[in-house]
Order: sequence, then C-alpha cells, then structure tokens
Amino acid sequence: MTNTENFVHELAEKHGRTRNALMPILQGVVARDKYLSEEAMIAVARELDLSAADVYGTATFYTFLDTVPRGKNVIRVCKTISCHMHNKDEIIKALEEQLRCKVGETTSDKKFTLLTANCLGWCHKGPVMLVNDDVYPELTTQKAIEIVQEYIRKSN
Amino acid sequence: MEQKHLKRVDLIFEWDEKNPPIQVLDETLQKTPDAIILEMIDSGLKGRGGAGFPTGLKWKFTRNEDSDIKYVICNADEGEPGTFKDREILDRVPEKIFTGMAICGYVIGAKEGYIYLRAEYNFLLKSLQQKLDKFNQQLKDRQIEFTIFLRSGSGAYVCGEESALFESMEGKRGEPRNKPPYPTVAGYNSKPTVINNVETLVYTCEICRMGADKFKALGTSDSRGSKVFSVSGDTTKPGIYELELGMPLKDFIDEFGDDDAKAVQVGGASGHCVPRKKFNDTIIGFEGIPTGGSMMIFNSSRSMYNVLHDYLEFFTEESCGQCTPCRVGCQQLLKGIEAVKKGERPPSYLEDLKKLTLTMKIAAKCGLGQSVANPFISIVDNFKEEIIY
Repeated sequence: MTNTENFVHELAEKHGRTRNALMPILQGVVARDKYLSEEAMIAVARELDLSAADVYGTATFYTFLDTVPRGKNVIRVCKTISCHMHNKDEIIKALEEQLRCKVGETTSDKKFTLLTANCLGWCHKGPVMLVNDDVYPELTTQKAIEIVQEYIRKSN
Repeated sequence: MEQKHLKRVDLIFEWDEKNPPIQVLDETLQKTPDAIILEMIDSGLKGRGGAGFPTGLKWKFTRNEDSDIKYVICNADEGEPGTFKDREILDRVPEKIFTGMAICGYVIGAKEGYIYLRAEYNFLLKSLQQKLDKFNQQLKDRQIEFTIFLRSGSGAYVCGEESALFESMEGKRGEPRNKPPYPTVAGYNSKPTVINNVETLVYTCEICRMGADKFKALGTSDSRGSKVFSVSGDTTKPGIYELELGMPLKDFIDEFGDDDAKAVQVGGASGHCVPRKKFNDTIIGFEGIPTGGSMMIFNSSRSMYNVLHDYLEFFTEESCGQCTPCRVGCQQLLKGIEAVKKGERPPSYLEDLKKLTLTMKIAAKCGLGQSVANPFISIVDNFKEEIIY
C-alpha cells in the first residue's frame, strides 16, 4: 500500500466504514494533505465501498474539502459585509503583494494558498482571516503581513 | 400593547456558582419528562436560530414518536453573516449547552447527542472536546445513558438548514430534504431527532435552573425571554449583548448606533433591512422582525447597493444548486442589479427582479432561497435611488 492508502486505511479504522464516516475521513485527509488527491479519494471509495464519483461528488460540495493542491498553509480572508466595510480589500492586497500570488493561487514554493471565505463569524472584530484552523481577528495590513512572516519563519 | 424598552439581561453567560449546570441537570432529572416539556411550553421559549419554532413542542413531538433510536443535535453551524453569538457561547459556557442536550435526551429518550460545529470554528475543537470528555464522564458517573459527540462541518452555509445538516452528518452533499417528514419524525439517520440552536439549548438549561415563570417575565407575549444579539457594522460598541425581546429598534440604535445610522439589517443577509424612518415602529421580536441575533448597522457613508451586492454574491455562492429557483434566481438577481446600475436595464427592471424573489419564496426548496426576498425587497424598496444611480 502507498503512504496515502495506508493513511486512509488508518482513518477508516478510526472512524468506521459506514457512510456516516465519510466526512470525518475526508476531513482527516485534508487536515494532513490540505487537499483531496485523486489517489486519496479512490482510496476512501475503496475503504467505504462507495463509487469514486460519489466521494468526489460529496467532497466538491464543501468549500473546506479542496480537490486541487493547496499550499502548506491555507489563508482564508473573510470577504463578507462587515469585513468588507472594514477594509478587507486592503488586507487582501497586502497579502497578495507579500506572497506574490493572487487570491485563489498558491505560492511557487507551495507554502501558502490565498483564498477568500464567506462570513467567518467575527463581524465585530473584522477584518479577520483564518490561517489553517487558527483565527486572526482585528487585522491591519501590518498585522496581516507580520502573521504571514511568522508562518514563514516557523516553516524554515 | 406592552411597550418594552432596551434592557440588558445576563442569563446566557451568567455562572451561578451555587447552582452550576451539572447540578441543574441532577435536579431536573428528578422531574418526569412530561413535566419538563410542560415547563418548556409554559416558558414560551422559541428557537433562537432564526425560525422561532416553539422548543417545548419540538421536544414533545419527538418524545411522542415511537422509536428505539432518537437523537439530540446541537446546531453549531452558525453561518449567517453578522452572527457570532454561538461562537462566544461555545467558547465561554459550553457546559450549559451540554446540559441542555442531556436534559433533552432524557425528555425524548435519546442516548446520543451530536454537536455539529462549523469548520470556521475548528480552533474551538480542542478545548470543546476536553470539556465534553469531562461532561460525558460526569454523565457516566451518574449512570445516565447519554453521550455527546462532536462533528465538524466543512464550510457550507446551507448546512445550517437542519435537513442539510443531517445529510452532511450522513456523509452526503449538504442538500436540504423535502419536508415533511420533519426532523421530529425522521431526522438524522431517518430517526426522530430534536435539532436545536446553541443558544436555544442554553435557554432550556436556564429555564430548568430558574423556572419558566422567571423566564417569561421577560419579553412580550409573542416573544418571551431574552436573546443574544450580535452587533456589528457602523457601531460604537461592536460585540454581543443579551437583551430583553420586544424593544423598538429605535432604542437599540440609540444605544449602539453612531448617531448617523441610516439602516439596520435585522437577521443577517437573509433578514430584513429597516431604514431610519421605520426605527420607531419596528419591534425586535416575533411580533415585529424576528432575528437569529444579527444586527448590522449602516451609516450614511455606506452604499446600500454595495450591501445588497454583497448579500447576493453570498447567496449565489452558498446556494446548494439543487433547486432551480434558488440556483438560477440568485445568479439572475445579482446580474440584474448590476445591469440596472450600469444602465443596461431600465430602473423598472427592479420590479421584475422583485417578482423573481417572490417566485423563489414560493418555489425554492429551503429557507435559503425562500428568504432572499427579505433583503432584496426591503433594500430595493427603501433605497431605490442608491440601487439605480
């Protein structure tokens, strides 16, 4: 078995092989790999005795279950109204310049993917962004850049 | 008519050292399930997620179903733009949520409970799981046959719709089901299920602690009790506030506005926009404008076209795509207001778009598509010039 197949097998052992286990298993793969590769989705389909198309169809419904490769760190900047009113556009612009990639893209060193997200639930402290699961409210352009630099330092 | 005024209340986050949630549970379980249901019905508590279904009836219907397996689900898929109160509740007083769930489990005869937490709040998972492990152990020590599990969402607004949430928990695309059957008959795994909002469950715990009489002394005959409001936008005091239901919007604006408020979006993107001239006559409660708690304030520097455009972009992205009225409707509304703004369509085209939202209200399968008419009509009617020019 390949590394991915092994990992999916472990997840299936942990969460079970019923259809109800599909989301926790897919979430487990994304937590490790940041996205669902074709290999991973086929492995999940085999473990759960589902069609690969069914797994793919489910995964593509959910924003947080990516099916295209993502960077080691996924940044999601909230774009909904309250954050919009509090200058999320400037935060996005600063991050695009800092990372040298546009929204929706991954940096060439594969360390960051920059995305936008619908309401993250911090409307009283916008603008806000998630880096992986961690939340950073009350952003300024300066703060956003420092946070990204900190992730770069940690990964070096 | 009873005239209420803005009054701050502290029930949700209050921590009664002498009577902590676990003790409330012990005392409540001395009563019969029917007595607890009567207390809930008597309290007048209605769901705090936005739809406002009477909680006691929901519990009663599920209790009356004949099934060996039943479930209690806490809907923590808080995704309505402008709402963030559930996050604070989950962070600060999760024990009260667990207690509400355990009481509900006892009442309806369920052995399993689930909290469906939106992925955007995954940073809460670790501490929530620790507190949950402790609570589950406390249940075990008391030989109460009820266990609560955590489940994560994966970033889909529509999964806050109860039947879409069940689909998601069952490992499928989060597409809402046809109703009936309602969750009380066939919910998660097609078994009778009570699904309550985070805040609702905390109030059930509070009603068991202080009694229905004290709870219903707050609010009005249509809107009993208090509610947690999420205040954002052009406000001097952004944050969450628990307030008595039934106040006029004017009171709210006097307290939270920046003296220049021209509109308030009550109930999030799917709620209603109230312009300044209607602040005095608008009651916040089920007799006026009900809300899941989102209160977004806009001052005169804001373009209501941009606000509406943001909402329509949101709905276009979050529509699950299953039913045509919503999938195509949201896109056409967005394109439509852009075309009117650019002058490619005459201002009268807005009337056609309003008719489209009314069609969606009748024909869309779930609350998402049905409620787009609320923001669309209330913003277009009250701020027509801003939408056109």
